[in-house]
Amino acid sequence: MRKTMSALISALALAVATLPAAAKDKLTVYTYESFTAEWGPGPQVKKAFEAECDCEVDFVSVADGVALLNRVKLEGAATKADIVLGLDTNLTADAKASGLFVPHGTTPALDVPGGWNDDTFVPYDYGYFAVVYDTEKLKTAPASLKGLVEGDVSQKIAIQDPRTSTPGLGLLLWVRSVYGDKAPEAWAKLKNRVLTVTPGWSEAYSLFTKGEAPMVLSYTTSPAYHMIAEKTDRYQAASFSEGHYLQVEVAGVTTTGAKNPLSGKFVAFMTSPKFQDVVPETNWMFPAGKMDKPLDPAFETLVKPAKTLAFSPEEVAKNRKAWVDEWLTVMSK
Amino acid sequence: MSRQPAHPVALRDTRIVAGIAALAFVAVLIGGAFLGLVIESAGDFSGAAAAFDSYLFRVVRFTLWQAALSTALSVVSALFVARALSRHPVFFGRSFILQLFAIPLALPAIVAALGVLALYGRAGYFAGLLTTVGGENWPGVYGLSGILVAHVFFNLPLCVRLFLEALQTVPADQWRLASQLGMSTRPAFRFIEWPALRQALPGVAGLVFMLCITSFTIVLILGGGPRATTLEVAIYQALRFDFDPARAVALTLLQILLTFAVVALLSRLGANTAAESGLSVAPRRYLSIGRSETILNALLVMLALLFVGGPMMATIAAGLQSDLARLAGERAVHLAVATSAALALLSALLATILSVSLAMARRGLATERGRKNRGPLLEYLIDTGAGFVLVVPPIVIGAGWFLALRHVGSVFAIAPVMVVAVNAIMAMPFALRAIRPAYDAASERHERLCAQLGITGWARLRLIDWPVLRRPLATAFAFAMALSLGDLGVIALFGSDTLQTLPYLLLARMGSYRTADAAGLALLLGLVCFALILLADRLGKERSL
Repeated sequence: MRKTMSALISALALAVATLPAAAKDKLTVYTYESFTAEWGPGPQVKKAFEAECDCEVDFVSVADGVALLNRVKLEGAATKADIVLGLDTNLTADAKASGLFVPHGTTPALDVPGGWNDDTFVPYDYGYFAVVYDTEKLKTAPASLKGLVEGDVSQKIAIQDPRTSTPGLGLLLWVRSVYGDKAPEAWAKLKNRVLTVTPGWSEAYSLFTKGEAPMVLSYTTSPAYHMIAEKTDRYQAASFSEGHYLQVEVAGVTTTGAKNPLSGKFVAFMTSPKFQDVVPETNWMFPAGKMDKPLDPAFETLVKPAKTLAFSPEEVAKNRKAWVDEWLTVMSK
Repeated sequence: MSRQPAHPVALRDTRIVAGIAALAFVAVLIGGAFLGLVIESAGDFSGAAAAFDSYLFRVVRFTLWQAALSTALSVVSALFVARALSRHPVFFGRSFILQLFAIPLALPAIVAALGVLALYGRAGYFAGLLTTVGGENWPGVYGLSGILVAHVFFNLPLCVRLFLEALQTVPADQWRLASQLGMSTRPAFRFIEWPALRQALPGVAGLVFMLCITSFTIVLILGGGPRATTLEVAIYQALRFDFDPARAVALTLLQILLTFAVVALLSRLGANTAAESGLSVAPRRYLSIGRSETILNALLVMLALLFVGGPMMATIAAGLQSDLARLAGERAVHLAVATSAALALLSALLATILSVSLAMARRGLATERGRKNRGPLLEYLIDTGAGFVLVVPPIVIGAGWFLALRHVGSVFAIAPVMVVAVNAIMAMPFALRAIRPAYDAASERHERLCAQLGITGWARLRLIDWPVLRRPLATAFAFAMALSLGDLGVIALFGSDTLQTLPYLLLARMGSYRTADAAGLALLLGLVCFALILLADRLGKERSL
């Protein structure tokens, strides 16, 4: 018994010793996994902001953007997050309604499609959803969403779950904006081409690059990564004739963060060139603000959407649950 | 209240007080969860009612369907394998096979699921072979097929052992008679083996069905998407994916109804929910077995051996291939190991204390009976209290508290307490089984002596009970610790990047498709749990000598 007790005590001591010691001022940022990954923007952003603020940035990551909102709603006013970074325009109305976010009170110089006039959330990048395919596995890519829905079922696509992931939700809205009320029928067909539904973008994309699926739902900007970092044209985005769905990624200050002076500083930093310079080649999206250095020419070669599709945040907020339930019903058949 | 010396131990018996405290703990834990559910559904009743949609019914249908299929597959194949084994009571490697068949029970579900994936997954050891045979790319075992393979892996060996036990109850006389009458294989099966098997069948099938209907980890990992989701996984998703409390409540209520219905049905069928089989030496047989049957039986046993041994071998092979040195140096792994160890130790300690209290109170009340009429209800509560825990799945308890606690503060801050408490009461029925017989036997010997000498309370615990209970307590402790270490149910709900246990980290690594890391961690987790179960088994056996 004495041995058991001492083992117990030492295990407890170990667990306690690993709790972080409070020293510098701290800013807690909740975000999604691909942001904090080694190759993501997180490490560089942390370094740059910490050098400026003499503080400590603590990233807490969840699978993807929708899970991020769920997590904050779940924690409510007791949340530790000062900043929530990684929601998108499809979630902002919902997020505002939770009453957990405060107005940012700034007028940053931004350049996003359709302009910007949200008083609570500030965009940091944007992109267009696209089906990215492996040219070595797929000779002819679908030329439209209809082509994807009705194409060869043996050619699979990895998609994300709209209950957790902003790209997953994006595809749901994309299908909805093209098919309207016929969306469930489209999903019933598309379902047969879906290899698997992952909780976040990272999982689906790594399945794709491992060669398990010839297509993945990602962004028009994803091929830029392979061109710049891997010097290969193997992975391409398919241009869809119906147009592409827009995603503007945003961050907001929580009610907890309103009490932390570092929050405002971080929002200002986020739209400044120091942050924006990092975005294109780590998050692989278009910058929302001014950069100090020019955008890599590879970004010029990417698919340019024939038409930009987007629902208003209010429309999404009103219908999201119904549409996701509809999706769930079709997918569980 | 009178203090007559005629009732010296009645109300002053600390054992009963301890039992009531333990029972109260269980009641608060389960009751609190139900309260959370009720409050949540009362607050938004229309939401909970609206959550009963076609998705929900599809989930229920799939839950029942996969459990029925898993049960049928496990039970039918186990009938053949058990019969084959019983026909050949002596052959080289027989005891090894039976010991191997005991391992799946000790393996955490997440480890077994990974083993199945390592073997039959898209990138598994068999993928190349299956692609050649099938002609097109092997799609892997995600979905129903994966769930079935994993469930059969767990339950086939269990069924084989239980059926074998049933076959061994056939008296040797019957076999001698059969031999004298010159009975061939078919009538021997019909008149001797089948009646024994048929008697065990409902109980075994019921037990497997119950295990499959509440299976969480297997379905979570091998289900892959909304098409293959059971109620337990849907509860988890409703809380952690959607954050849709109304749906979580609806799902949880359905899960409770379902498990209660199944348990009620089982108790009518007389199921053996103990799930334990100690195999004695097989009786001598007087039957001559033909060559062709011997070959057939050998083939059957071989197939079962491959099926059960395969995922274990794959777990070991894949684990050894991973970068174990790097994993061993990772901070995240150190943290997860420390967290797992601390939580499992605490939860095993709690489970042991609760079980001892219940066993003592139960015994105390039994010796009281006849002199006092206070016993029956409390005694009944203590008897059923532990069993009740088995009916309410940990996910349900977790979900109830999750919903209740979010109004109070951060659910993630309370996570360690929840994990320890829920895992402890989950292990309690098993711990109780190790402790109670030993305590009852000891009490039988010492009760009068203690009463005469007036040894009670702490002194009695230290001087009289401790020396006898030391071993069974260690058995219970090791078993509870293994269960807690391997559990993914509660931590899946309450885990976050500030609280990661080994299984949670494993799940995260799998989620980001770092399969090699996951394989390494699975090997580590599997070995530790296996060692603990082996220890528990060894201690348990030595006690009875």
